[in-house]
Amino acid sequence: MREKKVQSGYNFAFLDEQSKKEIRRRMLKAVAIPGYQVPFASRELPIARGWGTGGLQLTMSLIGPEDILKVIDQGSDDVVNAVNIRKLLVLTTGVRTTEDTREATLIQTRHRIPEEPLEDWQILVFQVPYPEPLRRVEPSEVKTREMHAEADYSRLWVYLYEDIVRWGEITIGAQYPVMVNGRYVMDPSPIPRWDVPRLNMAETLYLFGAGREKRIYAVPPHTRVEPLQFTDYPFRVEDFRCKQCALCGSVDTYLDEIIDDTTGARRYICSDTAYCAKRRRLKEEAGENA
Amino acid sequence: MGYVPIKGGKAAIEAAEELVRYFRLRGGSAPLEVKQIQDQMRLAVDRVMGEGSLYAPFHAALALKQAEGDTIEASFLLRAYRSTLPRIGYSLVADTREMAVIRRISAAFKDIPGGQILGPTRDYSLRLLDFQLAEESLTHIREFMGKFIPGAIRGEKGGMGDVLPSFPKVVDMLRAEGLLETPNKTEEAEEIIDITRQPLTFPAPRAARMQVMARGETGGLMALAYSSMRGYGNIHPTLGELRVGYVPLRVHHRTRPDEVVTVGRVLVTEAEVIARMDAGEDGIPRFTLGYGLCFGHNEIKAISMAVLDRTMRTGSKEAPAEDEEFVLYHIDGIEASGFTAHWKLPHYVTFQSVLDRLRRAQLVGRNEEGSQ
Repeated sequence: MREKKVQSGYNFAFLDEQSKKEIRRRMLKAVAIPGYQVPFASRELPIARGWGTGGLQLTMSLIGPEDILKVIDQGSDDVVNAVNIRKLLVLTTGVRTTEDTREATLIQTRHRIPEEPLEDWQILVFQVPYPEPLRRVEPSEVKTREMHAEADYSRLWVYLYEDIVRWGEITIGAQYPVMVNGRYVMDPSPIPRWDVPRLNMAETLYLFGAGREKRIYAVPPHTRVEPLQFTDYPFRVEDFRCKQCALCGSVDTYLDEIIDDTTGARRYICSDTAYCAKRRRLKEEAGENA
Repeated sequence: MGYVPIKGGKAAIEAAEELVRYFRLRGGSAPLEVKQIQDQMRLAVDRVMGEGSLYAPFHAALALKQAEGDTIEASFLLRAYRSTLPRIGYSLVADTREMAVIRRISAAFKDIPGGQILGPTRDYSLRLLDFQLAEESLTHIREFMGKFIPGAIRGEKGGMGDVLPSFPKVVDMLRAEGLLETPNKTEEAEEIIDITRQPLTFPAPRAARMQVMARGETGGLMALAYSSMRGYGNIHPTLGELRVGYVPLRVHHRTRPDEVVTVGRVLVTEAEVIARMDAGEDGIPRFTLGYGLCFGHNEIKAISMAVLDRTMRTGSKEAPAEDEEFVLYHIDGIEASGFTAHWKLPHYVTFQSVLDRLRRAQLVGRNEEGSQ
């Protein structure tokens, strides 16, 4: 990688080259074993643990001077944490940034997959708070690693079953456990269920980084990713029937529920703000041309 | 443009940073010199160096200034700075028997070779607010130093002169008498892993446990160690020896590898805790030992670390302090504070998703109620 000092005193993309190399090796292992959590010696960054340091370390190890970077949080490019992470990356790399999903070569995200389809020349990096999908049934890391080694997911299935018995429905909202390549149960990070089907047989490389928990895992392109479900209680995405985006009119995107300050009325708007803006722009242009 | 929550990122962040600066300075007092913090906030600097895992008194003092005295935030600044420094090498194993001691006590024996040296401690001072300190001036300082230093040089003030003494260790005496467990040979033979370069896996080698604790947050270590002392555990510690002093660090010469060079000395606190007897491999009962060592002068941390070193070796995991995963995963101040603070980040998407599940479950519940 080209040595380029943008912010004086710091290496290109902050981390020293040996650290980046180590992280790239772990990513290769993660790609080779889809859904398997590879431990790595996570570095401290000038951004706090739990604020995206796992994703950031992957991005820092992958990014080159030619990359076009997009950073989102909750689907939005302009919320403070996305701005902050983008600021650090730009400060230490000087790369070009974009809000357009279709233009970015490298996208770092928290809690969403962008609405527009991703392609094979793009990489999506997820920030992960809890890499271990079995944590909700087993607190010990030693035990969960054993359970993964033995593909023993019975306690998670029982958890889902008991959920149905108790509530008549699986109550896991976001961060829905998935089976990757028929082998490892994986935590897809706290993306909504809406985004889960888009992990399956995708064109794009999905990389997951958990900085505090020091784990890297991956879903390579064209890999089977299936949400855990029962035949009589199938997996369901969030229900936005009869609702549409108040800004762009979209009826097929993940929506944020907004409560109006003054009237208390409920409105819905796209969570992917860049896509929403793009749709409005296209609509306007079509209107002008008509 | 419609309503988008928490928007305006860049400008808002910059304004917040300006406000932080304003709140630090609005009192109108003279700016704190880093040197002042380094000299007069000695224990805070030591704590930040330990938890920040970087022995750099100036940088730690600067971090404290920047963090307005928040030790966790200052440690975090130091840790992040540490990530940018290349790893150029490892020092040779330091022997704390060589420590130039400023303080050294044993709670196990009244009389130890070399004697108990109280050193700079507040342990026996009455904790009364000293209002005279509010009026402290350069004249007071000069007056005090003028009286203190000649006495110290004459050796009247607890050996605080130019040459600091070193002492044999209390646990060596116990060991010579066969009262103490012998060092674990497999542990000694193990290559020492570097937890900042290799991921922590469980069961963790003792060297890794020590490293995690040495950079652990003082309060976190204390809470867990205290839980064991109070009764969630059963190790009954006695403080064999607690010492504070300067330990020389040596490295192999970079171009002449046969040569050993002293590169400097670090102030450390070391605690050795004698704990419940245990039968060794030969079936003979001996005392067991817990060991703690941290940067700077931080006695609570070293003692807590020694207690936890011992509790984690009990084998059982009945109490939280005995479970190495429980201890090691939760004592890092930088990790714990970062994650605790992350709940301030927006969680709209996930909350929307659980809201969907709750509404659905309510619907199912109402339908069931209705059908009964």
